[in-house]
Parts: sequence; structure tokens; C-alpha cells
Amino acid sequence: MNSTLTANRDSGGAWVMGVLFALGSIVSLLWMAKAASPELGFHAFLFFAFFTLGCFVLVKRHYDMAANPAVPVAGDDVGYMDGVIRAGAIASTFWGVVGFTVGLVIALQLAFPVLNFDLPWTNFGRLRPLHTSAVIFAFGGNVLIMTSFHVVQRTCKARLAGGLAPWFVFWGYQLFIVLAATGYLLGITQSKEYAEPEWYVDLWLTIVWVAYLLVFLGTLWKRREPHIYVANWFYLAFIITIAMLHIVNNLSLPVSLAGAKSYSAFSGVQDALTQWWYGHNAVGFFLTAGFLAIMYYYIPKRAERPVYSYRLSIIHFWALIFLYIWAGPHHLHYTALPDWAQTLGMTFSIMLWMPSWGGMINGLMTLSGAWDKLRTDPVLRMLVTSVAFYGMSTFEGPVMSIKAVNGLSHYTDWTIGHVHSGALGWVGMVSFGALYCVVPIMWNRERLYSLRLVGWHFWISTIGIVLYITSMWVSGILQGLMWRAYDSLGFLEYSFVETVEAMHPFYVIRALGGAVFVAGSLVMAYNLYRTMRGDLRDEAPFVGAPVRAPQAAVAAGE
Amino acid sequence: MSLLNKHAIFEKNSILLCVGVLITVAIGGLVEIAPLFYLESTIEKVKGMRPYTPLELAGRNIYIREGCYNCHSQMVRPFRDEAERYGHYSLAAESMYDHPFQWGSKRTGPDLARVGGRYSDDWHVAHMNNPRSVVPESIMPGYPFLAEYSLKIEDLAGHLAANRGVGVPYSDEMIEKAVEDARTQVNPDADDFDAFMERYPKAQVRDFDGNPEKLSELDALIAYLQMLGTLVDFDLYAKDPALR
Repeated sequence: MNSTLTANRDSGGAWVMGVLFALGSIVSLLWMAKAASPELGFHAFLFFAFFTLGCFVLVKRHYDMAANPAVPVAGDDVGYMDGVIRAGAIASTFWGVVGFTVGLVIALQLAFPVLNFDLPWTNFGRLRPLHTSAVIFAFGGNVLIMTSFHVVQRTCKARLAGGLAPWFVFWGYQLFIVLAATGYLLGITQSKEYAEPEWYVDLWLTIVWVAYLLVFLGTLWKRREPHIYVANWFYLAFIITIAMLHIVNNLSLPVSLAGAKSYSAFSGVQDALTQWWYGHNAVGFFLTAGFLAIMYYYIPKRAERPVYSYRLSIIHFWALIFLYIWAGPHHLHYTALPDWAQTLGMTFSIMLWMPSWGGMINGLMTLSGAWDKLRTDPVLRMLVTSVAFYGMSTFEGPVMSIKAVNGLSHYTDWTIGHVHSGALGWVGMVSFGALYCVVPIMWNRERLYSLRLVGWHFWISTIGIVLYITSMWVSGILQGLMWRAYDSLGFLEYSFVETVEAMHPFYVIRALGGAVFVAGSLVMAYNLYRTMRGDLRDEAPFVGAPVRAPQAAVAAGE
Repeated sequence: MSLLNKHAIFEKNSILLCVGVLITVAIGGLVEIAPLFYLESTIEKVKGMRPYTPLELAGRNIYIREGCYNCHSQMVRPFRDEAERYGHYSLAAESMYDHPFQWGSKRTGPDLARVGGRYSDDWHVAHMNNPRSVVPESIMPGYPFLAEYSLKIEDLAGHLAANRGVGVPYSDEMIEKAVEDARTQVNPDADDFDAFMERYPKAQVRDFDGNPEKLSELDALIAYLQMLGTLVDFDLYAKDPALR
């Protein structure tokens, strides 16, 4: 009966994994010898180190188990498989702080170009993909993998499937991050936004992602609940669709197996639409569907209320995943993409407003009857605010997808501001909320180290986000208007560089907002660290609703 | 609502759910992307377009490596102000040999689709070395190292062959002569000049970085920048005001 929850000591899987890792380290050693450039040699070395360390860990685990069969060893915990979730929580926090900090650095570079240092490895062009990948894939990806492993086990009442496979997913994904990040700094890039890693890193991610899908599905198959919970629909849609997008958009032909460079299978207009079909749905499925899954588990859990509407969740799930895919062309308005495709993209982007707000309403209304908790629980406040930001940016998005608006906003900072209201407000805040929920549970703590610090983090982040998005609204609209301004004689009023100069104050304000947001994430990291250590801060609790006792006493006729 | 009750089928069968999701998310992309490989407006050829010379291709790869696309678009939209600032709006055919495309998504700096011939080579050399020496308000990073790095040309034939593998019409001769052509393009006195010009019409041949001693990465990058937007002759259209 309890078989799904008992420890999985099968060593067959570990043996297969060990053999594959040994093969992997031989192949990567040969590859390192053949590599045509030192940069690729370095990456081959990283693969070699990964596989070799993996072999070492597996061998050590084998002997530990043989030496003491009664004591659980790493990857062998009884009941739910929580070690990989703890690792995920630490990795999420770490990559979050790194990614936000790199963002701050590049924001400062735009305000003060001397900070580029005129070196290859520190210029904006190489650091910007580092920032986007670090926050989306390293921070966001770790949060998604970590929470999905948590949610799928709890909602299926089953231990993660695949023996050691979840650990392979975790560490394999970290290797992907390190390969991507160091690649950008060394100048290895495909230049497709949010899909910059080269062919061999893409292949590695494909392997890791298939393992992830199988672990997730395998756990669903072991479930001891008749229904698959709504959060898992969203996780599944996220995993499947990202696989599809990743594989198609990264189709390319390497120059040689010993070189990093490849050429995209598509060119020009076909390549552009494939890329933005990918790019927009990286937003739609990585940054939306996956994080909606987080919303659907942690908000009801934290508010201790059921999801507002089951029917709404069905309708908005299918509508969201169907409509999102069509919205890519709105990144290519007024380009050489045919008009019909642009109009189609715009139409679907506007329709997308509805399922997006369906999700928002389902999340917010889950608090019906529990709104008072916002006063006493800053974690819930963070989660709910994230949904409010989700609603705001999913309204702004359809507005910006209208061709007339896009003609002004495209190529300007308005886009950057829009992305960050979604990324910092929605993805960031919902991730912080999830981390604040997960860490005390996973480390078996009575509560967080400090709820007051969560309150501080909430306000610090909110101020940072507001500074960021308002400065980008102003700079974006200002620059868009300056580009198209004519003087009374019918000449263009501003040279391009005058419009660049006008951006300076807003770039400073944006960097300030970013710095504030980074500071908030450091507060979180400290709070989570103390929670993991088991410390409890001695602090005044948040007061609940005012006590009505005196009135009751009056009514009693005192 | 009976229809919604039927949803339980998906909730009880993970494979059905997977298949349902995959079908649902596949439709939009198929309808929007697949026709682009067949429609006349997206695959038509325009007079003047040719594959990149080996040196231009190498320069383009440096443009990609340094992440120039993060701040510069290469896509002029059909607006009056853009036509006056940058030139004729971009045609699909102008990026038909671009694997990958470089349309960009942000103009922290100006559009570069037609930057070729706008500035002198000397200006580009000074600008790359220190952008603020020629544009004091610029916020672009400096790239002084490009002039110092030698261009890697040994594997250019492989690069051309890979491009042919994905559909760029490089001939056997072009691939065979790739390395030689890269050297020819920075040396107007090269023996192979005429044959090179026949292979790559309108190619610009000169020492680009002001240092004839060395074939640098800066040579390649400037060769690429100076050819951007120069292949299609828009003078034909310029006389027709309806096209402005």
C-alpha cells in the first residue's frame, strides 16, 4: 500500500546512470582534446567535470549504502523526495540574487557607459543576455522545477518518480545555466533572444528537459488521487510547450562538431517569426503558465481557501494555452513580416487579455472570505500583489500589441518597462512568495525566521518596481515621440543621439529602482538563510483584526 | 454544465492531457509560420541580393558575438520619420541570407539596416575604439580590442559550407576560395580581384581598419557594417513619391 512513499533503494537506475556518466566523461574528454577554440575547450571541460563528479558521487553513494544499509543516504530519503526541493530553494535564491545584480550592473552601464570597461567580457552586449538568462532560466527555471517537484508530490500523494532522475534534472539544469552564462561572457551566442545558447548547450538542455518531463509524468502516473490537480495541468503545459518551442527555434547546423558556432536552419523573415513565436511563448509558458501553477497551489494553501472557480480554471487554462501561441507576431509589427500575420498576432494578443484576467480573477477571488489575512500575513500579501501585477501587465501587453500603439512603443524602453512589470511584479513576487512558503516546510521549521522582514521585502520590492516601470514608461514614450517629432519647417526635430541623451535621467532612476529591488532580494536571502538554520527572530507578531470585546461588553449592558 | 464535466477525462489521464496540450499549442504556430515558407512576398528574390562575402560573414559573426543586436535593430519600418532617418523601409528579401536574422527588438542605438556608406572607415575605427571620441553623448561600449585581435579565417570555408547547408547559395568555388577571398577583400591589389568581384558583385575592397599590416576583427566588422543596406538599389523607386 505504502510502496509509492517508501524509500527507493533500487540501484539498477543508479548503475545505468553511472555507466552513462562514465561514457559522458570519456566523450567530453575527447571533445576537449578536439575543441577548435579555448572557449569550447572550457565548456568541454565543464561537461567532463560534471560527468566525473557525477560518477564519483554515485560510487560513493553505492559504498555508503553497502556499508550501512539501514541509514538513508543522499537521494534516498524516505517518503516524499524533498532533498532536491531544498537544493532548488537554495539555487533559486542564489541565482535570483545573481541575476538581479547583473541587471543592476547593465542598468548602470546604460546610465554611465564607462562601466563597460571596454573589455570583451564586460560589455553590455554580452552582459545583457547573461542578465535575461540568469533571471528567466536560472532564477525562474529553478523556482519552477523546485515548486513543481513540491506541488506534484503533494497533490499526487506520491514520491517523485525515477529514482535519482530528479537529482539529474536539478544538477543537469545547473550545468545548462553555467554553460549558457559563461558562453555569453566568452562570446558564444546564437543571438536569438532568450535562446542564445549554442547547439551543444541546446542539446544538453533537451536531454535534461526530457528527463524532467518523464519525472513529472512518472509522478502523475503514481498518483493516489483520482484527479490531476489544476496546478499540474499548468506545469505539464509549461514543460511540453517549452520542449516544442526550444527544439524548433534552435534547429541549426553547426560549422563543425569541434566548434561552437552554428547557423540557424531558418533565415530572415521565417527565422524572425520562429524566434518570436518562441520568444513570446517563453513568456507565455515559462513565465506565465508555470508561475500560474505556483499561484494555483500556494495561494489556496496559504489563504486556506479552495480555488475560487473550478470551471473558470478549466476555461482559462485551455483558452490561455491556445491563444498565447498566436501572439508572437506582435513583436514584428511594421516589419517585413506580411501584414496578415501581424494583424493575426495583434488580434490574438487582444483576445489573450480575457484568459489572462480569468486567471487573475481565479487567483484573487480565492481570497474571498480571507482578505483579512493580507493584514497579518505578508507572504500572502506578496502572492496576491504578484497576481495584481500579473493583471496589470497582461492588460498593458494587449494594449501594446495594437499596431498603432506599437508603432510608438516598439524599439523603446516602454517594452523594457512592460517586461519588468511582469518579471519583477508577477514572476518575482510570486516566486518570493513561493520560496517563503516552501523553505519553512522543507526545513521543518515552525515558521519563517521573520515575518517582519518579509514585510520589509514586500515594500522594498514594490518601491523598486514602481521606480523601474514608471521611469521606463516615461523614457519609452518620450523617446518614441522624439523620434517622430518634426519641426515647423518639416524637418526631423531631433537627431538620434539627442534622444539618447534625453534618456539619461530615466536610466539613473531605473538603476535606482533596480538597486532597491536587489536590496529586497538580499533581505529575502538573509531571512531564508536564518530560517534554514532554524533561527526564530523575537519579534512582535502582526496584529489581527481589532478585538471587539469592549463593544461586546457594552452590548451586554455594562 | 455537462461539457465541463467531461473535462474529468483529461484530469484522470495524463497522456490524454499531454496530447490535448500539444495539439492546442501546435495550431497557432503552424497557421502563422508554415505559410511564410511558401508565400511570394516572403520568398521573392530582389535584384542585387547576394550571399555575404567571407569577410562580411566573419564581420557579421563578430557583430553577433558582441551582442550588437541587443541595442541596434536592422529593420526600417515604413514610417515617414524612419524613411528620413534611415532610408527605404526594409524588404523581406534583404535578410533572406541571414542565418539568423538580426532585426533586433530595441533601439538603444540607431537602426543599422542601411548604415553602409553613411560614415567613413576612419569614423568607424575611431567610433569602435571609443564611441565618445566622435559622438560625445553616446552610451555605446568601446571595442578597442577588435583592432588588436587577428581575424580567424582558416575555418571560413566551413562557415560558408554550413551556410550552404541551410540554404544560402554559395557555390563550390566560393567555398573553395573562402580564405583567399577574405584576404583579397582587404587588398585591392590582389591578383584575384576581378574573379572576387564577379563572385560577389558590389563588394567593397580596401583595408578597412587603417592597418594594412594586419587582417583584424575590426576589418571584418567594418566590412560588414559598410555593406549593410547597399545591395538593393532603391534609386529605381526613389522617383516614385508613392513609395516614400
